[in-house]
Amino acid sequence: MLDLAIFLTLMLFGYGFGRYAENRHYQSIMQREKEFQRLPLISSKVLPEVSNMDNALVSGNVVISVDYFKRFLAMLRNIFGGRVTAYETLLDRARREAMLRMKEEAKIKGAKLIFNVKLETSSIYKGKRNSVGSVEILAYGTALIPK
Amino acid sequence: MILTNMETVSGKRITKHLGVVSGSTVRAKHVGRDIMASLKNIFGGELKGYTELLHESREEAIERMEKQAKAIGANAVLNIRLTTSSVAQGAAELFAYGTAVVLEDEHA
Repeated sequence: MLDLAIFLTLMLFGYGFGRYAENRHYQSIMQREKEFQRLPLISSKVLPEVSNMDNALVSGNVVISVDYFKRFLAMLRNIFGGRVTAYETLLDRARREAMLRMKEEAKIKGAKLIFNVKLETSSIYKGKRNSVGSVEILAYGTALIPK
Repeated sequence: MILTNMETVSGKRITKHLGVVSGSTVRAKHVGRDIMASLKNIFGGELKGYTELLHESREEAIERMEKQAKAIGANAVLNIRLTTSSVAQGAAELFAYGTAVVLEDEHA
C-alpha cells in the first residue's frame, strides 16, 4: 500500500514539474532561436569562396533528464511498441539547446558562420533496469570569424 | 595553434602531415552530484553539474591533444572529432582526436 502511495506521488510530481519545466524550456528555446537567426549553422565540409577568415572550434553541450512520469510512459511503450513521444521531445529539446549554446559561444567570438556542425549523443546515466535516465548532447563545429 | 573540425583552412596551405594526435580523460562524478541527479530523474530537467563536468573534461581532452600536437611541431590540428563513451558505471571517457599538420600562408 505504501509502495503504491510512493509510486503515485512520484508520478504526480514527475507529471507536474516535468510538464512545467518542459514548457518553460521550449519557450526559452524558441525565443533564443529567434535571437540567433542571423548566425546560420551549416553541416557542409566545403569552405565557401570567402577570403581569409579565422577558425575556431566551438561547442555546446547539455545533459538533460526525463521525469518519472515520462519514464513510466516509455516503459509502457516498451511493452506495446510504437513511437516513444516522451523521449522524442527530450532529445529534441536537448539538441536544440546544445546548438543554441554553441551559437552563444560563437557569437562571443564574433563568428558569422558555423561550418561542419556535428552532433553527438550519449546516454550518461542509466537508471534501474537500464532505462535511459539522462542524455548528453554535444554539438560542435568550426566558427568562421572575419579578420 | 589552429583547431578546426574541417579538412582545410581558408587562406592556408598544408605543407606537412604529422599524423593523428589525440587526448583523453576519464572522469567520474562524485556522490553528491549523483544524489542530485537521481532527484532530477524524478522531476526532469537539466543536470547542470554534469553539463559543467563534461564540458570541463572535454576542454581538458582537447588541451592534451593540443599539447601532443605542439610537441611534434605542428601548428594546427585539422579534422578534429570528439567522442564520449561510458567505460564503467558512473565514469565516462571523453576523447578528442585529429590530424596534426604544419600550415603555411598561401602566396596568392
